[in-house]
Amino acid sequence: MKPLLKFIKKIEPDKKKSPFLHTLFDGFFTFLYSPDSTTKGGVHIRDGMDLKRTMVMVVLAMQACYLLGTYNIGHQHFAAIGEHAGLFEGFHLKLAYGLIKLLPIFIVAHVVGLGIEFWYASKKGHAIEEGFLVTGALIPLIMPPDLPLWILAVSVAFAVIIGKEAFGGTGMNILNVALLCRVFVFFAYPTEISGDEVWIAGITKDENLGYMAENYDWLCGIADSIFGWFGWSQFGDGGALVVEGYTGATPLAIAAKDGWAEVTNKYSEANMIWGMIPGSIGETSKPLILLGAAILLITGIASWRVMLSMFIGAALVAMGMNAIAGFDTTSFLAVPWYAQFYMGSFFFAMAFMATDPVTAASTNTGKWIYGFMIGAVGMIVRVLNPAYPEGWMLAILFMNVFAPLIDHYVLEANIKKRLSRA
Amino acid sequence: MKSNNIIIKTSLLFSLLFFAEVVNAQAGMTGGMSNWILIGLGILVLLILLFVGDSLLKLEAKSIGADEAGENYSILPNTGELFGSGVSVNAPAQKVHVLKQGHDINLEGKATDSTVHNVQARTFSIKPTDFIGLQPIPKVTVAVGETVKAGDVIFYDKKLPDIKFCSPVSGEVLEVKRGAKRSIAEIIILADIEQSYREYEPLNLNQASRDELKTFLAESGVWPMIKQRPYQILADLEATPRDIFISTFDTAPLAPDSNVIVKGREEAFQAGLDVLGKLTDGKVYLGIDAASNPSGAFTNALNVDKHYFKGKHPAGNVGVQIHHIKPINAGDVVWTLGVQEVISIGSLFTAGKFDAERVIVLAGAELEEPKYIRTKIGASIGNFLAENIVEVEDGEALSLRVLSGDVLTGSDIGSNGHLGFFDDQITVLQEGAYNEMFGWLLPLAPRPSVSRTFPGFLMPSLEYRADTNTHGEKRAFVVTGQYEKVLPMDIYVQHLMKSILVNDYERMEGLGLYELAEEDVAICEFVCTSKQPLQSILREGLDMMREQG
Repeated sequence: MKPLLKFIKKIEPDKKKSPFLHTLFDGFFTFLYSPDSTTKGGVHIRDGMDLKRTMVMVVLAMQACYLLGTYNIGHQHFAAIGEHAGLFEGFHLKLAYGLIKLLPIFIVAHVVGLGIEFWYASKKGHAIEEGFLVTGALIPLIMPPDLPLWILAVSVAFAVIIGKEAFGGTGMNILNVALLCRVFVFFAYPTEISGDEVWIAGITKDENLGYMAENYDWLCGIADSIFGWFGWSQFGDGGALVVEGYTGATPLAIAAKDGWAEVTNKYSEANMIWGMIPGSIGETSKPLILLGAAILLITGIASWRVMLSMFIGAALVAMGMNAIAGFDTTSFLAVPWYAQFYMGSFFFAMAFMATDPVTAASTNTGKWIYGFMIGAVGMIVRVLNPAYPEGWMLAILFMNVFAPLIDHYVLEANIKKRLSRA
Repeated sequence: MKSNNIIIKTSLLFSLLFFAEVVNAQAGMTGGMSNWILIGLGILVLLILLFVGDSLLKLEAKSIGADEAGENYSILPNTGELFGSGVSVNAPAQKVHVLKQGHDINLEGKATDSTVHNVQARTFSIKPTDFIGLQPIPKVTVAVGETVKAGDVIFYDKKLPDIKFCSPVSGEVLEVKRGAKRSIAEIIILADIEQSYREYEPLNLNQASRDELKTFLAESGVWPMIKQRPYQILADLEATPRDIFISTFDTAPLAPDSNVIVKGREEAFQAGLDVLGKLTDGKVYLGIDAASNPSGAFTNALNVDKHYFKGKHPAGNVGVQIHHIKPINAGDVVWTLGVQEVISIGSLFTAGKFDAERVIVLAGAELEEPKYIRTKIGASIGNFLAENIVEVEDGEALSLRVLSGDVLTGSDIGSNGHLGFFDDQITVLQEGAYNEMFGWLLPLAPRPSVSRTFPGFLMPSLEYRADTNTHGEKRAFVVTGQYEKVLPMDIYVQHLMKSILVNDYERMEGLGLYELAEEDVAICEFVCTSKQPLQSILREGLDMMREQG
């Protein structure tokens, strides 16, 4: 251990001569080793918790979503073309296909995001802050698997520069950076990510033949040759036609058009809950997201107030909608309130997006209001607004903007209380 | 009588719940969502009726003055009655404060033996820097080589010439140490073996006016022991405080037990309280530990208003206690003292001499034997630590930090320094200048933390051997709500800190700057994920506000 430390300290670049290299070095060094700084003035001992640990806990909580998300990319692809229809059939192909789709997204998001972060840190002459650890891990999970990488790169750059660095970096941003990235794709490239038609990786539309599988690329070729050695099934050339009626509207879009009965016709409730449906990469599986939420709550990283009040807000609005829907079962309003939670991405938004401490309300009372309003507004956008089939992204960004206002009034109340006491 | 009450109330509650079940069963409902909703609504209405009726009952009891004694007149048992609040004292409810927020840092190296040892210190010193609100260069009235008696004036502030700072011991002035820009850092006195004391014109406490009393206290050297809030400064001689607050217990890590401190000096403590009672038109408040078994000197103290506190650190901080007893508002002036300061003031009248005696605790995992020591204000600690300190472990020399005070608010004085004026604790701590591989991800050694990402939260009785490593680098404020979890005050600490950083005076005042001193936010600084220096930010805010007047 000691020789490695010595070696690393020896190769430390000069701070003045090459600030960028030094920042880069510092970033990786503090990643590898916790710093040897000691307390000066003030308290003499410090809590073992720091921002790196806080952030990495959130990333760890997402890992289950990553695992299933990767597999599900492959599973949905093969299910669409009617091959290896069983969940565990063609396991290696589905996993390999998922990785081939996911890794480039993950790498591009991190290279672009961290690159910008490092550059700004070296310009400003301070240490690299850990904010992008979580943002970078969240972005791949909320993107469709087939998103062109250049669009991803542009949107990550937009989100990090305009959303975060322009406001002063980690801890200063108003809007949730990962959601800002997604909303950028949503409005700038609406055909790629509308949330209306389901996303299945590697499916293209041919004018004559209709939906069909794309030709597998060279990465699949490499995988094929490996699988060949073991005598396992291979990707082949691609071009298989999509099973009749497989692609189509998302559960939410069907619910908006034809009501709940139609949704359950097409998707089984178990699949919607367990997440074996097409969707953004990491937001489909409710139990695994709730596992992540549980980790965040047990470790005390995320605010239970935001999660609980968001659930209450969404549930109350959904119940109210049930009440006014009357007997019109084809209406989106009539979708049972509990079903609203396993359609779409409510839990993902609740566990990982709304609880971002920087963009949420910062007072405890404010957190109750903030979470409740996200739940209520999100449900209204989802059900009543025909333009957007899913509401959480917009509701959270909307309430991000209002969070400082909520805090302001909570603080004013505290100030008034203090004045009235005098 | 009281336990009967609980039984009746609890059975009432259960019968109510049971009643709902019976109704359900007899109606023979076959289930279904709507039925459950109806039953739920019924229970809700009943509960609302119950609570409204209960509140009316309580209001009525209050208006006719029946609940003066703190008896619970509600039909519902309060949580304290149900689970027992762990409060061992028998006191009226409105004088018992159970504080939920807070955190005890459980460190190794507590002094378990309450025997007080006598160890001779060679030199003693007074540091003008221990008092906030003085000019940097006070007027030193003694020269090096001059002999002084205990209680002789050694310096005063040129702007406050009436408040005298006196020598804690008799002996020879050894050195006047200067700090930056020729400021006076420390005046060191070599103690005589046989102590002699300065003679006073005795003052009759019952006949003296308040002004005469103040002049006497200021002249005799005990005045600087009184701190004034807001700002935590040297008490103003001209001011009449709204109230005076004394905390009789210390919840800081490894802090001394006040019962040991007051033992044998109960009479002087009471005399001190009587003197303080003359200085205010308000009350003298005692904050007493409700969880342990406090000394009779505190529980039987006369002419004071006693309040009992139960909670984790900082429940023993006087600032927290003031907040719950009678908070400081804009324009208020209150004074605060520690137990030993009160004893010193009392001794002036009971023994007729300037009594600088202090019982202090030597604590920390790096000591062979943590123990209590009887000495005087400003003692040099070299003799106390000699042969008691663990300097070498596993063949490696340990790098140590010696603090006057506790690990949250103390100051680094080195192994040959002098005890601070207000401190009653010496803490020895390991330095932590080491790199730890993936220290942020997989901590290999246990460390104190409030975070539940460390397994330590499952073992609350585990004692930690802490060091001075920062465990991370300074960052912008990111995590919210963590300060509020450890500070039992209705104050938004993070927002207050931000308002100080942007010089927003109105906000600072509104968010409760006046109620805080560094020691109160120290626990927040400890837990801070972003490693922000909250104590120094707060001091900056207090200084800015004080300059504004």
